[in-house]
Amino acid sequence: MVTSIFPLQVRNACIKKSGTQIIGPIDLELLGEGCTVVIGPNGSGKTSLLRLMHGLEKTSQGIVKWNVPQAQAYASQCFVFQTPVIMRRSVRENIAYPLIIRGERKKIAMKEADKWIENVGLESSAENNAPVLSGGERQKLAVARALITNPKILFLDEPTTNLDGASTKEIERLVSQAQAAGTRIVMATHDFGQARRLGTDILFMYHGRIHETSKAGDFFPTPKTAEAKAFLAGEIVL
Amino acid sequence: MTQLYSLVSLFFLLNLTSSFAADMRLAVTTSFHNSGLSDVLLPELKKDLDLDVHLLVVGTGQAMKLGRAGDVDAILVHSKKAEEEFVQQGYGAYRREIMFNDFVLIGPVADPAQAATQKHAASAFSAIEKARKLFVSRGDDSGTSRKEITLWKKAGLEPAEFSASWYRAAGAGMGATLNTASAMDAYVFADRASWLNFKNKGNLKIIFEGDPILFNQYSFIPINTARHPHTKHDLAVKLENWLVSEKAQTMIANYKIAGEQLFTPNAKTH
Amino acid sequence: MNDLTEGLVAAFKLVITMDSDLIEISLRSLQVTMSAVVIAAIVGLPFGAWLSVTRFRFRRIAIAILNAMMGLPPVVVGLIVYILLSRSGPFGVFNLLFTPTAMIIAQVIIVTPIIASLSHQGLRDLWFNYHDLLISLNTTKWQRMKALLWDGRRSLITALLTGFGRAIGEIGAIMIVGGNIDHLTRVLTTAIALEVGRGDFPLALGLGFILITLAIIINLAIHILSRTEREGRW
Repeated sequence: MVTSIFPLQVRNACIKKSGTQIIGPIDLELLGEGCTVVIGPNGSGKTSLLRLMHGLEKTSQGIVKWNVPQAQAYASQCFVFQTPVIMRRSVRENIAYPLIIRGERKKIAMKEADKWIENVGLESSAENNAPVLSGGERQKLAVARALITNPKILFLDEPTTNLDGASTKEIERLVSQAQAAGTRIVMATHDFGQARRLGTDILFMYHGRIHETSKAGDFFPTPKTAEAKAFLAGEIVL
Repeated sequence: MTQLYSLVSLFFLLNLTSSFAADMRLAVTTSFHNSGLSDVLLPELKKDLDLDVHLLVVGTGQAMKLGRAGDVDAILVHSKKAEEEFVQQGYGAYRREIMFNDFVLIGPVADPAQAATQKHAASAFSAIEKARKLFVSRGDDSGTSRKEITLWKKAGLEPAEFSASWYRAAGAGMGATLNTASAMDAYVFADRASWLNFKNKGNLKIIFEGDPILFNQYSFIPINTARHPHTKHDLAVKLENWLVSEKAQTMIANYKIAGEQLFTPNAKTH
Repeated sequence: MNDLTEGLVAAFKLVITMDSDLIEISLRSLQVTMSAVVIAAIVGLPFGAWLSVTRFRFRRIAIAILNAMMGLPPVVVGLIVYILLSRSGPFGVFNLLFTPTAMIIAQVIIVTPIIASLSHQGLRDLWFNYHDLLISLNTTKWQRMKALLWDGRRSLITALLTGFGRAIGEIGAIMIVGGNIDHLTRVLTTAIALEVGRGDFPLALGLGFILITLAIIINLAIHILSRTEREGRW
């Protein structure tokens, strides 16, 4: 019986950089099902929250605790950045990389990578040097690379902000596909259309704190807080 | 990339070559080496004794330092007082005189200090000082340099007090010092052998020679095994015996540059 | 000017007649320098990568010292190595003084800081780029270093060629620890010094031109073999 990495418990966590509080205190509990969408005005701390949960940022106080030892928790998560980080090697090598560093044999890793290349539609560029890909193609590579290790949870930080409509649709398809396969999704976005399309529950961030949480079905028709209401109405929320 | 690796490994392999003949290290002064005599003697030596003599061409000071440290098996230098001290202090086993030549005063063809007309070496030096004409000195505590200082002192002068406006201490070997003098059109004190074999004479020529005080003796000193047991004393003695042999002494006497004999052999056979 | 043309003629003559002494000292120059660069690379490249991916207390000072060591005066390095290898010194028993090995040791000391510092500077930006991804993927430090060294290999070539250039033209250290012994430790640079000392400027210049040509050939060969300046982006 393999212990689930969930729940993730975040208690009283803050991120401080050079004396300024970036976000916090944050309290949340993440269970293993669904797609949590983090939305809020720019600068409200969405990216920081995701990085906090993933372990890319250290808390200056409080705790971020998974249900399993740290090593196992770290091996079960993946992150897709807003601007994809592309390694200076071929597309196939990029996607296979997470498997290779886990000790997988090169041939098998490449075969897996090919499966994913097909899934995301990058067959024509498989041999190419990854840095020459377009924005949309890069993000598809990033998603494929994130999912190739079959993570328990996938974080996505505004993955489609810089992409065109077609690429956005593709990325959303892949996220839905992953969710259907059982991967927990936590995604930040400022596109509330996207939030509505993909989210099962919503975290609304405001001034570095989780201002409101509710099910997606409840949030959009009837937001509880004034700021969330204003945000959904399209106003600039300061 | 693989071509790169094979190229590099090739060069590593070349490192592994070694000769099988007996070999020893001899520190010699630049004055001796610049004469070109070693280029003539070494091949003959190799033929006769199957001995590779590795020459370290350094100033007398450094030669003695190498000897004191035991980094060479023998030295060949030309500074009697320093040599006797070296033996007395126990670093050298003994000194064996091999050959001599002389020092000469070199200067610009025009001889502005009129040093050529002087009767003695010391007075020639004196004339240069009086006229404050450019003089380049080795200034490196070598045999040549020490001899030069002796001559200044004989003329009643103190080189340490000379002004840099005319007395230039190069702090260098014979070749470099000659180059400097040639470029500056200055007077310079050198051994005859180095001068004759020097290829950048420029506007200079021998101004003064022949004074007995300019006598320059070269001696061979094996390193004392009591001090440094690892030194190859028997090979050093083999070399010494070859140098004082009739064959080598004749070769030394016959060595000429432009028809002029450079060294006079004077080894005493026991 | 006359000396320069005479120098070119001397160089030409030496090469055309395949002068055996020239070949010997040229090969030795390359052998000593290439060995030193290889060893310096084995030490310096991983160290440069390690420096890029590691945070530790005295990091800034360590980098500053490393950069400063690029300017180590070769003659001082030679003197120190001589004292260490001398029969009267701590490592005298190995009898390494006045051998090509001693020259390689001295050059390794001179070249390693150059390769380490330049590879660190070349990889630093790449690490900034890869940082989030490699940490997110839970890589070990060694895996991060490998990724940087492999993906950043183009900038490493600059580091290696700079180290090579420094070593092939070096004379101060190898003169002291090698002794410029004919047929044993004489290389192009020490031979040039010798000929200058003899006043034979044309020959010295000739050897100098050959040395420069050799360095250019090696640089070109490396660039061609690694196909730099040919492919698309970087």
